[in-house]
Amino acid sequence: MTPFSPNIVTDLRSMWQYEFMRNAFEAGTVVAIVAGIIGYFVVLRRSAFATHALGHVGFSGAAGAVLFGVNPVYGLLLFTTGGGTGMALLGRRASTRDIEIGTVLAFMLGLGLIFLSLYNGYATEAYSILFGEILGISNASVLLTVEAGVLVIGVLLLMYRPLLFASLDEDVAEARGLPMLLINLVFMLLLAVAISFAVQVVGVLLIFALMVTPAATAVRITRRPLYAILVSASVALFSIWAGLFIAWYEQYPPSFFIVSTAFVIYLIVRAGPPVLGLFERGVRYASRAATVGTPPRFVPEASRSTDRALVPPPSPADDPRSA
Amino acid sequence: MSPVGTLYSRPLEVDATGPAIRAMSLDVGYRRKSVWHNASFEVQRGEFVAVIGPNGAGKTTLFRMLLGLQRPTGGNLEVFGEAPRRGNRRIGYVPQRHTVDADTHVAAEALVQLGATGTRLGPGYAVRSQRESAARSLAAVGASDLAARPLGGLSGGELQRVFLAEALAGNPEMLLLDEPLSNLDLRRSRELVEVVHGLVLDRHVTTLLVAHDINPLIKCLDKVIYIANGSVATGPPEEVLTSESLTALYGVPVEVLHDSRGNIVIVGGENPHEGAA
Repeated sequence: MTPFSPNIVTDLRSMWQYEFMRNAFEAGTVVAIVAGIIGYFVVLRRSAFATHALGHVGFSGAAGAVLFGVNPVYGLLLFTTGGGTGMALLGRRASTRDIEIGTVLAFMLGLGLIFLSLYNGYATEAYSILFGEILGISNASVLLTVEAGVLVIGVLLLMYRPLLFASLDEDVAEARGLPMLLINLVFMLLLAVAISFAVQVVGVLLIFALMVTPAATAVRITRRPLYAILVSASVALFSIWAGLFIAWYEQYPPSFFIVSTAFVIYLIVRAGPPVLGLFERGVRYASRAATVGTPPRFVPEASRSTDRALVPPPSPADDPRSA
Repeated sequence: MSPVGTLYSRPLEVDATGPAIRAMSLDVGYRRKSVWHNASFEVQRGEFVAVIGPNGAGKTTLFRMLLGLQRPTGGNLEVFGEAPRRGNRRIGYVPQRHTVDADTHVAAEALVQLGATGTRLGPGYAVRSQRESAARSLAAVGASDLAARPLGGLSGGELQRVFLAEALAGNPEMLLLDEPLSNLDLRRSRELVEVVHGLVLDRHVTTLLVAHDINPLIKCLDKVIYIANGSVATGPPEEVLTSESLTALYGVPVEVLHDSRGNIVIVGGENPHEGAA
């Protein structure tokens, strides 16, 4: 293994000599883009709890698949799409669904536990489902991830405006003739598929880092939905790449670095300068500042009366000319 | 005495193709409960109509029927000569709503754009023309300055303007506004009514507005649909809002009082309905 060099391109090249790293980057890229896009709608629709619940429902599915010797992704897909369908049919509004979701969620987790205890090799399998195993993705899984990703992104593009309308203004969208139940159902199915593949990367417990954190960051940067989706996907993508990159040199789980990167970006945007509206208003602010005149950025030393005590004015003795 | 007389000074453009809304012996109800019985009325094109009455009288139900979201249990209802149907592009709708979550970081402009093209498939490539059309709708309600503001940060009056622009974006021939004034103070109410009245006059949009308080509206109205006690009374405000007419509607003595500036207060009835200014 080559040590870290400041040239990131050569670093990446040396990582990509290994198939498991190539697979991790490829699957991670697809999962990040899909999660970033769908995450925007999760935040807009306030479906964070449904997302959380679907991840846990998927855990039982994956555990069941492991028990029967099937690829865990199929168990995940089966359980999350089933759970998503149920949630979509239970009710349109996420706020009134939480109790039903929570009830089903608890039962499904119990089911996952019994699957795991029936299976003997329990600890490592459970660990990888819960926290992800991005370095263990097979070639076949990469292909499946790409296919699912293309499908999810394609359907999301197609239903972008109706979904946005239904998410933002349910009553008017319904009156305008949009099939609300169908839109909700398709969204939950897409979410289920996206979650099933994201679980490979960050696991059931850390799914929020890809589904919610990047989108929550994005909505603080731009108010335009399409831009927010782009930012969200970019943040998710950067988190995965940075997480994998760091994990190559620091032998800790990549999931930790992925989650931490996303979180740090969120914190910076949250606590940093008001970047909200950066995209829309940067130009306008600049032009207004030019016409109105910017206020002086630095107060002249002489007028800062309160600072006098701390910084005494230069005395004649300090003046080199007097020496 | 009443300023409503002035509204007939503008020329009445009666469309030859018939009324905007025609209800004939309409019965409306839910499974057990009858809301209206045998209501017949017409709304002409380009009229500004207030729908008033006590809570639960079926004002929102009227809108749901016009939008095709609910069927009458009897009688006949026509919108522009056709049976009501869901997704009718000729109707713009502002539902009864109080607030938007404060953390909705979506620009008002984006919502207005959806009002025009939100039902179409695909991501919408003609970004510039969509933004320009949204800007025109926002300008029509005097809300151009709100375009880039997040929905969650708008005040009640600002939100109502944005919702109105959203409804207008589809270029409707009829506007259904459900209690747009309910959360506004008197000054904001009058401002919004002026905006709506301007739209009625400029665009000839037939407008039905559900309100609790008739007073901010009374100077602009062509017609009142008063719903109470399962019955509907319609006509010009000075005919409907009289002690005799409302007493007949409620079946108990009701008195309509006028103050010196033309404001009215309705006293009595099954559910005393105040219209105090």
